Amino acid sequence: MLDHCIKCNICTNACPVAAVSDRFPGPKYVGPQAQRFRRVGQPVPDAAVDYCSGCRICNLVCPTGVPIAELNARARAQMVAERGLPLRNWLIAHTDLIGRLSAGPQAPLVNALLGWAGTRWLAEQCLGIHRHAPLPRATRYPFRARKQPRLGRGKQVVYFHGCATRAYEPHVGAAALAVLARQGYEVLVPPQNCCGLPLLSNGDFAAARRAHMANVRHLWPYVQAGVPIVGTSTSCTLTLKEEAPELLDLHSHEVQAVAAATYDIFEFLRHLAERGELCDAVRPLEQELPYHMPCQYRAHRIGQPVVDVLSMIPGLRLKLSPAASCCGIAGTYGLKREKYALAQAVGRPLFSFITQTGSSLALCDSETCRWQISHATGVATKHPIELLAEAYEL
Amino acid sequence: MPYETEVLIIGGGATGLGCALDLALRGIGCILVEKGDLASGTTGRYHGLLHSGGRYVTSDPQSARECARENVILRRIMPHCLEDTSGVFVVTPWDDADYADQFVANCHAAGVAVQELPLAELQRRESLLNRAISRAFELHDGSADSFLAARSLALAVESAGARIFSYHQLERLIRMGDRVVAGVVTDRRSGEQQRIDCAYVLNASGAWAGRVAALAGVQLTLVAGKGTMVAMNHRMVNTVVNRCKYPADGDIIVPIHTVAVLGTTDLHVPDPDHYGIEAHEVALLLAEGEKLIPGLSRYRALRAWAGVRPLYQDSGQRGGADRAIPRTFKLLDHRERDGVAGLISLVGGKWTTYRLMAEEAVNLVAQRLGKLQPCRTAHEVLPVPATEHRAHLPPLRGAAARYGAQTEHKATWPINGLAQPWGQNEIQGLDADYYYLGQHLGAVEQSQAAGDLICECELVTRARVLTALEQGIHTLDDIRRTLRVGMGPCQGGWCVYRTAALLYEVQQTQAQDAPIDPNMALRDFLQARWKGALPILWGDQLRQARLDEQIYVGLLGVDLIADS
Repeated sequence: MLDHCIKCNICTNACPVAAVSDRFPGPKYVGPQAQRFRRVGQPVPDAAVDYCSGCRICNLVCPTGVPIAELNARARAQMVAERGLPLRNWLIAHTDLIGRLSAGPQAPLVNALLGWAGTRWLAEQCLGIHRHAPLPRATRYPFRARKQPRLGRGKQVVYFHGCATRAYEPHVGAAALAVLARQGYEVLVPPQNCCGLPLLSNGDFAAARRAHMANVRHLWPYVQAGVPIVGTSTSCTLTLKEEAPELLDLHSHEVQAVAAATYDIFEFLRHLAERGELCDAVRPLEQELPYHMPCQYRAHRIGQPVVDVLSMIPGLRLKLSPAASCCGIAGTYGLKREKYALAQAVGRPLFSFITQTGSSLALCDSETCRWQISHATGVATKHPIELLAEAYEL
Repeated sequence: MPYETEVLIIGGGATGLGCALDLALRGIGCILVEKGDLASGTTGRYHGLLHSGGRYVTSDPQSARECARENVILRRIMPHCLEDTSGVFVVTPWDDADYADQFVANCHAAGVAVQELPLAELQRRESLLNRAISRAFELHDGSADSFLAARSLALAVESAGARIFSYHQLERLIRMGDRVVAGVVTDRRSGEQQRIDCAYVLNASGAWAGRVAALAGVQLTLVAGKGTMVAMNHRMVNTVVNRCKYPADGDIIVPIHTVAVLGTTDLHVPDPDHYGIEAHEVALLLAEGEKLIPGLSRYRALRAWAGVRPLYQDSGQRGGADRAIPRTFKLLDHRERDGVAGLISLVGGKWTTYRLMAEEAVNLVAQRLGKLQPCRTAHEVLPVPATEHRAHLPPLRGAAARYGAQTEHKATWPINGLAQPWGQNEIQGLDADYYYLGQHLGAVEQSQAAGDLICECELVTRARVLTALEQGIHTLDDIRRTLRVGMGPCQGGWCVYRTAALLYEVQQTQAQDAPIDPNMALRDFLQARWKGALPILWGDQLRQARLDEQIYVGLLGVDLIADS
């Protein structure tokens, strides 16, 4: 794969991290270039690769198709395999566990504790989680499926909610269920766990493999029965579709089938629209809203399904964020003490775009991007599915 | 005003430099002349294998024995030039399975350490190797940077008080009666001629030895055996991989620095200065490589090049294939052979045995001169040139040890209690500070120089290029040999114009004896790179060449530079 690199530097020019920091020598350098100097069984000689945020913009712009971000993720995993995963990274990578511990009746206590500056200072000192990093607020009522219908009756779809919807944003899940139900689908919410992306991006490939294989086990019966999997978190769906199989070298029939059956929710709705099956009974929304398409969503390489689907809402005008802009958070990257300022700097062009629109609401598909944008701009953010649910008056 | 010295050495390859160091350490005055840059001949044009000896146990046991002995010595005196890759000899479905046992027996007979490697272990270490390999044997092969070794030798030579004249062409050898008494050389930069009076001429010019001998009126016939090699863009294997069979074309892959080298072919060429690389040679190397690594020909090839082996066959043994000519070296005393005194030729041999060749040649010269000091080259550790940046990382051995045996296999010594041709104490030298693949990457990160690279592919910093330039160069190719500038995937696409600019700046700020035109230097360098790219111009490397062409021809108009 690294053989395709012709050293053209286009990725280095496009990289949002290299643009703002000298600590990251750029995708070409840490990717196909440094890879020629790394050797399995020898310590990774460069720690700079850890400054790759994994946004995948390099992959998108590469004219010769080098999967640069994948090379970087593998190098980081090799480093973690050698040096071990630091406690901080272990914690923030286990989003599933953290979510389960904080959401529920104890949520107000957890939120109060994490809202207190002293705790955050301590967390920064002891763990290395930046005191200003945008942490989500846990919900008292974690997302749960309201009923569990049986497989194989009528039009059905599996909803993959991801860790964030369950522990922090059950309203996104509710909106998704309602919108899918409006299309005449029965929504199944089988047991599921973290997609494994935070583990992948922190280099814990072993744990990521366990997480992905558990999901494949959970989802396989549905896929076998021809039921598609739909998710609201663009990074979870990208992980199921390709990141986990590619990075973890999982290529079994089941893994491939699950990957092929997974859709981002707006990708799925756009398919319905193309077949004329999308309910178009929407009320007009006279609004102009900034919309940021997350990097992980662009990496799906499916165009702009949100723009396509929301165009049926009369009166709604979306202002698209600048091409190849990134909010900087990259999942857990911007939470880290040494990377917080960097992540903020990466996101600056996007933040100023959003504040300049003067809107009090912005749309973005990815949860961590929403938290970062709200944190940096003070503008409220929503998942586009919530807006669609409003338009359906759900 | 002629120079006067005891020994005039012709040829600045490993052998000549080795002779110079040996002489200098014994207190015998010498001057070395080389028509090009050091290591610009066969020394710098081989695949970079540090022989364990395994390759020759059947065809040439004498050579195998010498290689095994020298392998240990080189590991002690120039660890910074060597990578401890280890080597395997594998039996593929195309090889005679019965040969394997004979191979092991021959290794034992020749004193070459060998142990059978379980196939599971082989696959764990080298997962891309053909799964149909039926047996594997591990030996102490390694890879060697012959450019760096030449520069280390040159440093040692100069600090021992001897002189090296590179870019000096030998024009004449002057005979008085039946004795050679002097050589006349031309400085190729200034055109000045210089006479060097000497008691002995040591002809270490490898494939060119016949021409040098002819200058003294001596007939010496060498077979120039061209060996073509292909460098692949990255290392598919980290162990030297040999086919376990009688040596043949295309039966070895050497991981060296950032590339894997497929070697080699063997074809007669009439002229060691002029030869091409044939398409069928490249095709053969890739086809044979496929047998070791299925899918190999789909990987990116960077370039192809060739070197000429100086093969010597005593008269009367003529005929037969090149491969049958012994790889061991010959010391020819022309007084006894041809009745011409004062001239000694050193022909044949391997890079791995350069030191031994030098030792024997110098023994003869020293004896003739009545000098009794013993050879010291087996124990003098060679200096590291200033242009090398050394990573101050924890030594690999310690680091590898921390991560346990499952990540890094080290050959255990002694292997299976076999009798070793060397003592246990010498084996301690294996703990030495070898070059390792990540060295430059680690050093660049440590000095935070990632933003100040001239050659990005091979991670050469501006500081290193400036150091090399300040030492004086004759062509940009000298910098390539010193620093690997332009040897990576882009083959000079991004680094050569930068290097040429630095050359211009350096020449502006400090007076040089013979300033060179940066434009011409740039053009010549690109031309040489192009020559190596042509035989493998397809796929990724074709795409690269197109980009390089856009940069140099489309943007910079290098094709419009007029001949000076």
